[in-house]
Order: sequence, then structure tokens, then C-alpha cells
Amino acid sequence: MTLARAEQASRRYGDVLALDRVDLEVRAGELVGLLGPNGAGKSTLMKLLVGLRRPSSGRVELFGGDPRDAASRRHIGVTMQETGPPSTLRVGEVVDFVSAHYPDPVPRAELLDRFGLADLARRQTGGLSGGQRRRLAVALAFVGRPRLVLLDEPTTGLDVAARHTLWDAIRAFHDDGGTVLLSSHYLEEVEALAHRVVVIGQGRVLADDTVDAVRGIVGVRRVSLVADGLPDLPGVVRTERVDGRLHLLTTDADELVRALVTARTPFTDLEVRPTSLEEAFLAITSGDAPNGDAPAGTGRPTTAAAGGRPTTV
Amino acid sequence: MQLALVHARYQLLEIIRIPVAVFGSAFFPAASMIFFVVPFAGDDPVGATYATASMVTFSVMSANIFQYGVGVAEDRDQPWNPYTRTLPTGSAPRFAGRVLAGLVLTYLSLIPVVVIGATLTAAQVTPAAFLLALGTVAVISVPFTLMGLAIGYLLPSKAAIVVAQLIFLPLAFGGGLLSAPGNAPGFIETIAPYLPTRGAAELMWAAVADYDVEPLSLIMLGVWVVLLAALAGWAYRRDEGRRFS
Repeated sequence: MTLARAEQASRRYGDVLALDRVDLEVRAGELVGLLGPNGAGKSTLMKLLVGLRRPSSGRVELFGGDPRDAASRRHIGVTMQETGPPSTLRVGEVVDFVSAHYPDPVPRAELLDRFGLADLARRQTGGLSGGQRRRLAVALAFVGRPRLVLLDEPTTGLDVAARHTLWDAIRAFHDDGGTVLLSSHYLEEVEALAHRVVVIGQGRVLADDTVDAVRGIVGVRRVSLVADGLPDLPGVVRTERVDGRLHLLTTDADELVRALVTARTPFTDLEVRPTSLEEAFLAITSGDAPNGDAPAGTGRPTTAAAGGRPTTV
Repeated sequence: MQLALVHARYQLLEIIRIPVAVFGSAFFPAASMIFFVVPFAGDDPVGATYATASMVTFSVMSANIFQYGVGVAEDRDQPWNPYTRTLPTGSAPRFAGRVLAGLVLTYLSLIPVVVIGATLTAAQVTPAAFLLALGTVAVISVPFTLMGLAIGYLLPSKAAIVVAQLIFLPLAFGGGLLSAPGNAPGFIETIAPYLPTRGAAELMWAAVADYDVEPLSLIMLGVWVVLLAALAGWAYRRDEGRRFS
């Protein structure tokens, strides 16, 4: 059963095309990660799905209805990227306020306990730390015993411990049969939680696949070194020469280094660094001809979805 | 309806936690009572009653213009407002809750004026007239609520504060709220009927004393309500279009 669906959904803000013919289907019981760099269109897609915005063209559906109808939102829970509850209200009051909108809300104490907020019930939200406020915002998504939660960058700004508390809560919800659509610009987070990943870049779906397949696409490393010439190397997505240094973006840094050594190429000053998601996306979406043949299954989006072809920047 | 009450309750809670916000709108009319009404008209039962009714009108006006103008504008800046729209309800309960909360706060802001009027002046009112005045307060809140909503939905919060401050005093003076009926300086008597404050004040005067409302003031009050409703409605839809479509 499909709980949320976008069909060729586009969204334009003035001159900016934030979403470009996006297809997405979230089925009951799935835990889907929406991965993409900042400004990729993740939040816009979330806003369309929860009814805060209307698509400029195309369709969005929630439980088979229009997300803008209140009835369609009865079984969802939402954490937006920005959620500041009124600063003078106490944590418990904010929970009670949201609870009042649902027929069978989770008892306040149980909810706060689940998200490590039990000690803070009497605290005014204005006095919470950023991380505590974020945890409260995520907790609110679960108040109404939703069947689907949509979490837009739920762990941004959290420290490691708080992030793991949240991950546990999200996993527990999913283990009980709940469906999750969660956006993040951390590959690590999506790897830790999601089974299926939808990669969004420049408003388009670039990939819609398993975590492993997507890791192959975006798990790009930057290998840089000083050398006069290079042999054919495996897995290189892009090559640049900057100030005499060669920068190779590769999907498999280990294999590349092994090949360098095996070929007895003279080089100095080797560095291997992880790339940011932005760099990885740029690499896979740019039209630069890869240096050598990219191995099958990497360097290319793996989806058949419309708009899944790499674009030329 | 029940949700509207829930929204009203939490909005009141939000505001009451900052008591200065509540006292703010009550302060100026209460201070005017003490500095102008008590020394000059305090001993005259008729004059004091009119003056107290004027100050009540003043209070209703400033409370509404400020709490809607500034409150709505600030609310629009907060991410909490869009969040509430992801809950399984439309925007109506939040809006209705806001108006209910606004009315409660308006009544609260009147308490100092009424208490000063009752204890420090010779103002008199029969129980029936008092009840009538209570109802009249809700009626005359309408134009100022609409004015506040228009400001709040049209302007960013910093501008809304300034505009609210700029208009409430001229409206009070211009409408003749700071002088006895028929006793305002000449030019104010001329312009007063065309301001919404005058029609509102006349309704209050008629509620608590023997005053015949001037048709012109009342007609103009109706015109203001229609104009302000159109402006507020347009501003609301414009804001909806910008943020939620």
C-alpha cells in the first residue's frame, strides 16, 4: 500500500525550479532516506507531501488523498526542518497541545521518556538547548500514533549521543510497523537507518535504490597526489589538475591506490579524503568525461525513474 | 470548535507568560485615566462616566491593534505556525483561537480602566448598562481586530510595531476619545465622525449613559468595518498565497 506519492511533481519558487518532475512512492512499512545536499529540494518535497505547499505541476498524494485536506494528514507525524515551539510554553504543554489534535495520543510521560525528555517536561521551550528543542520537535511527530512520519533533517545540530537516541526511537517506530520518510544530508545517517535511499540533487531524483547501491554512487573519495602522468586507473569519476596537484574523485580509493602502486607510478604527497555529498553529487551529475571507464554500477545513477539521467551542468 | 478553544487556551498561555505584554495595552488608557480623567472630570458623575467609557474604547482599540498587528506579524516569522498546519486540522481553529484569545485579552486589558473609574471617579453605571457595555466591547472590537489583522498580515513584525504605534494615538485623539462628547477642539469634532474610534466610542457612551448616537459616526463605523474586513481578508489571502501555496 502506498502511503505517500509524488507523481511528476514540480515546484517553482519564482524563477527557481526547486523540484523538477519528481516521482516518489513511499509504501507501508518502508524506511526511506531522502539524501541530498543542501538546496537539493528535499525540504520542498517534504512540504509538498505534508500539504504546506502545492506542486506547481504534477501530483502529490497522502493516504490516497490531497495532503492539503486535513483528513489526509490524520495518520502522519511531521518534523519540519525548522520548528520552534512557542518559547514561553513548557515542554509538557507543547506535547499536550499537539495531542489535542489526535483521537488517541501517546501519553505525555511515555512520549517524553521515549525521546529522553522526561526531565524537561516543566521547562519552557525557550530555555531548551538547540538539541533538546530538536528532540522535542521530532517527538511531536510521534504523538498521534502516526502510520507515517516525515522527518526533515531530524538530527541536524544534535550531538552524537542525542543523535543515537533519536535513531533508536525512529528504528523502534519502524520495527513496530511504522513507515518513515526521513531526509538528511548525512550519508552516515541514511546508512544507519534507511533500507531504501532516494538521492535528490538539483530538484531531481538522481537515484532510488538500496543503501548499498547508493553508497557506491555517493561514497566518492578524493585522492590527490603529485605525479607527472598516470596510468589507467579504476573507478575514477573525475580528474582535475590544480596547482600541479592531481585530484581524482573515485568510488573506490583502496583499489585506486593499489593500482597506482602496482603500476609503479612515481608519485609524491598522496592524500585520501572523503568528499562532501556536494562534491560527490557534483561528480556524478556533471558531464565531465570520466578518466577511463567507470566500472559498471558506479558513477551513474541506478534508477529507471524519470529524471534519473545525469544532467549536464 | 473544541480545537479552537484549545488553540485559544495555548495562545493565552503563551501571552500570559509574558505579563508585560498584557499590561502594555492596558497601561496607556489606565495612565490617561489617572492623569486626565481623575483630576479633571473625576467629581462629575456624568463626565466621569463618559470619560471612563472613552478610555474603555481607547483600551479596546489599542489592545486589538497591538495584539493582532504585532502578534500575527510575529507569528508569521515563527516556524511553529507552519508546523501547526501539518496537524490534521485546517487553519480555521488556529484563527478562531486567536480571535477568542484576543477577546479575552481585550477584556483583561479593560480591568485597570474600569477599576480606576469605579474607585477614583464618580462614574456610575447601572448593572444593566454594565452588561450592555460588556457586550458593546465585543462589538466595537470588530473594526480594531480587523485593523490589527490587516497590519499583522501585511507587514513584517518590526514594521507592524511601528505602524501600530503610529496609528493608535491619532485614532484616539482624532476620534475625540480624550475629550468629553461635544467638547473636543473644533477640528477634531469635524473629523471625528469619519474615524472608526468615534463610532465605537459613541456606542460605548450610549451603552453606559444617556447618549444619542450620531448616524454619521455609525454609518462611517460600518464603512470602516467593511473596508477593514476587505483589507484584512486580502492581506490574509496574500499571506496564505506566499507561504502556503
